[in-house]
Amino acid sequence: MNKVYNRIESITGSVITVRAEGVRYNELAEITTRFGKSLAEVNKIDGDIVSLQVFAGGRGVSTGDEVRFLGHEMEVSFSDDLLGRIFNGSGEPRDNGPALHENLKPIGGPSVNPSKRILANRMLRTNIPMIDVFNTLVVSQKLPIFSISGEPYNQLLARIAMQADADVIVLGGMGLKYDDFLYFKETLGNGGALSKTVMFIHTAADPTVECIKIPDMVLAVAEQFALQDKDVLVLLTDMTNFADSLKEIAITQEQVPSNRGYPGDLYSQLASRYEKAVDFAGSGSITILAVTTMPGDDVTHPVPDNTGYITEGQYYLKDGRIEPFGSLSRLKQNVNDKTRKDHRALMDGMIRLYSDYKNTLEKKSMGFMMTKWDEKLLKYGELFETKMMDLSINIPLEQALDLGWEILADCFEKSETGIKSELIEEFWPK
Amino acid sequence: MTDTKGRVAGINGNMVSVEFDGNVSMNEVCYVVTGGTRLKSEVIRIRGNMAQIQVYEMTKGIAAGDPVEFTGDLLSAELGPGLLGQVYDGLQNPLPLLAQKAGWFLERGVYVNPLDTEKKWDFTPVARPGDRLRAGEYIGTVPEGAFTHKIFIPFYLLGTYTLKSIVPAGAYTIHEPIAVIADESGKETEITMSFRWPVKRAINCYAERLAPTETMETKVRLIDSFFPVAKGGTYCIPGPFGAGKTVLQHTTSRYADVDIVIIAACGERAGEVVETLTEFPELTDPKTGRSLMERTVIICNTSSMPVASREASVYTAVTLAEYYRQMGLHVLLLADSTSRWAQALREMSGRLEEIPGEEAFPAYLESYIASFYERAGYVRLPDGSFGSVTIGGTVSPAGGNFEEPVTQATLKVVGAFHGLSRERSDARKYPAIDPLISWSKYDSVVPEEQIEYCRSVMKHGVEVGSMMKVVGEEGTSLSDFVTYLKSELLDAVYFQQNSFDPVDADCGVDRQRYVIRKLLRILGSTYNMKEKDEARAYFNSLRQKFIDWNYTAFGSDDFKKREAEIDEIYTSGDGKMDAEAEKLL
Repeated sequence: MNKVYNRIESITGSVITVRAEGVRYNELAEITTRFGKSLAEVNKIDGDIVSLQVFAGGRGVSTGDEVRFLGHEMEVSFSDDLLGRIFNGSGEPRDNGPALHENLKPIGGPSVNPSKRILANRMLRTNIPMIDVFNTLVVSQKLPIFSISGEPYNQLLARIAMQADADVIVLGGMGLKYDDFLYFKETLGNGGALSKTVMFIHTAADPTVECIKIPDMVLAVAEQFALQDKDVLVLLTDMTNFADSLKEIAITQEQVPSNRGYPGDLYSQLASRYEKAVDFAGSGSITILAVTTMPGDDVTHPVPDNTGYITEGQYYLKDGRIEPFGSLSRLKQNVNDKTRKDHRALMDGMIRLYSDYKNTLEKKSMGFMMTKWDEKLLKYGELFETKMMDLSINIPLEQALDLGWEILADCFEKSETGIKSELIEEFWPK
Repeated sequence: MTDTKGRVAGINGNMVSVEFDGNVSMNEVCYVVTGGTRLKSEVIRIRGNMAQIQVYEMTKGIAAGDPVEFTGDLLSAELGPGLLGQVYDGLQNPLPLLAQKAGWFLERGVYVNPLDTEKKWDFTPVARPGDRLRAGEYIGTVPEGAFTHKIFIPFYLLGTYTLKSIVPAGAYTIHEPIAVIADESGKETEITMSFRWPVKRAINCYAERLAPTETMETKVRLIDSFFPVAKGGTYCIPGPFGAGKTVLQHTTSRYADVDIVIIAACGERAGEVVETLTEFPELTDPKTGRSLMERTVIICNTSSMPVASREASVYTAVTLAEYYRQMGLHVLLLADSTSRWAQALREMSGRLEEIPGEEAFPAYLESYIASFYERAGYVRLPDGSFGSVTIGGTVSPAGGNFEEPVTQATLKVVGAFHGLSRERSDARKYPAIDPLISWSKYDSVVPEEQIEYCRSVMKHGVEVGSMMKVVGEEGTSLSDFVTYLKSELLDAVYFQQNSFDPVDADCGVDRQRYVIRKLLRILGSTYNMKEKDEARAYFNSLRQKFIDWNYTAFGSDDFKKREAEIDEIYTSGDGKMDAEAEKLL
């Protein structure tokens, strides 16, 4: 029943066209070239002219190569066998394990009915104080990590993968440097998190079309785990590469660009992925953390800008630290009143003092005299940065709160903190 | 269904080209039949025997040659009792019913009747056989929650009709015939309690459209006093992400002094809709004492739902708003966000390969935005009563830059502009409406001269503030410094408002008038201070007391106690009112 065509009409970039009938939109085909077989997906039909994007790219494709339509859309195999495995954007193994073909599930499925969602109200512990204390991550939240090239965002993701309190981790790498891929493999392996992790990896050397498929593969798998009552944490890196691949394909297909060359549907494309974050009423959940590098550290660049409108806050990674001012978890209010009663007050108090410290630093750099209060702030700021902000710190929330009180007690008198006296009486280190 | 036969000829994203044989009208609804499901679509361009249609669902799996059925009807909303309290998608499918039918996900091709067809409503006739009636006049009523829902002669009927018969008072379902009317030629039509109306056409069965003059109270001080919105007016809230657009609309939807609120969640986060869905049934509407949900309709097409129905969702929402306006009610439509709607237009325009305008938005963007906002209005109805539709839309400008096409096109047609600034939201000054750039053409709830006075203090204070950044506190004169402190006080205690505190968030008009007089006394006085530190301490203590005062219920004992404390501090400052301020009081 699978029809085979031997005549390719045109080849532009990674998009080819063939004359064919009865082909369905988004159907998969297999193209056999002299370099081997590749998948291709139908992305436009105009009468009997069918356009396909070739996953392996257009290089070396000949007009006489064979195109065989498979009669189904892109699918991913789902079972517990996925855990610990690594795949590419076509769903083929990247490790030495066997290919999986059972229990195939379509990717890029419909969105969740809003009336079946529940209000996000559970904290997701990461044991990173800058997240747990100051911008608590909430189950079913979608948060980007805004960063710039050169920052240790992949190290941060790996750390979260190892420390986070999630049942399953699904990691999607897009345009990943090969070293970073190896880093993830090694770190998660040594950290013992590999057995609860599934990885879909597209490296910078792989064809563009596969990059676009990564988030859909990752989220389809995550959704299946979530429907089996698992709390799934999805880690994506880097969504800017995903957006750039969309741009590349759109331009190749002569779409009218809207903003800096990106296609007009960039917002919808990003949103349809991020909105997969969900807490199913009476079942599991999906939480998404996605690295978005900002070209030129410019938050108004179309990718971070559109992302900001979609996600529920952002973590801002700068100079190797999660910056407390640029970062915001919009859902933290839903959970941080239920953790420990000093959580909110301590969070506000410490940030306020840290902001005072920043002002003092500025004053100092301009050569002003330092008062006694300024000296206290300087000491506080330094302690805060080394003991709290360092990404390698791995302590549970309660311990982090205690540490916060210790730092305060180390630098200030009780009345100088501006925290409610009732809490000070209870928590101030004796 | 019409006799027109169509076949799919091409597919590009959610745009499908159809070769047809017969007659097709523009914006007609049709269905693509594929793999056993029927996918709702709308005709958006016709050329020869080819029609381009936008599919309201995912287009996966459609093949060239799939049949297309044409309905002959335009995309319509069903209007009748039972709309209030519903949560619809952009095509008016009730989401909870879709969940019952299809489970977790929004499976494509599943459509549900918008209104409950089984439920019986207590109908009371008011018209009598022999009455001469026109479209938009009503023949009876049913109670719907706290409201009297009028049953109309359908808006699409042209000319004058004679009522032939009408059922007696009793319980009927929305599809049971309740009356028969005859036109001039004697042709008879049966009337039921519900009918359909094409969403992209404005309902115009009113006697006269009036200028919006009555202020709509939002209970947000900065809006009602400084940048007011009138019933029947329009306003927009542009702002960068994280500046609090949605929180502001959420607060307005709770506290606004209107009868009915329609929320169009257009292309935004599903989580925000869930928040409304969880909170509203628990909250009481102060006007009726019933659940807030009973005065609310939510049209929800979140960002991951298909783009074409996102475009439809704002029209569905405004149609429902106009329908309730016809009953002599005041309706507020909140659209969040109109930029997503504009982007939906852009996506479609791109697929149609139209010549792009600025930032690839279609050239007709401005006229579409204008005609959408023009559906707001304050009207006199055929029975002499008044109703209004007020439209408030958020705009999400790319990069937070207000120069972009959607913001600019919107500013041309609205009556008030509440521009949110990143600077204010970063400083946690909420609502982050920037008083320096925002404006309103409507009347404030506070006397205009008092507002002008406050505004001049604010402007002067901001000037001093920016100068102080350069020359430092040392280089600023004491009197300038006091002006600066005054403007900071105005900002902290009046402009800023805690929308999460039930008392502070619900600041009524009487209270606003009262508080502004108190503030004028402080702002309009000159003080005998010797040093800046003294002035700072004075204003700091005033600010602290004022904020505490804001959290006490208006007129309560606590309120009076706090007020006395403020008066005491004020007296201690030994201020002399200037003549201008004195005159205002």
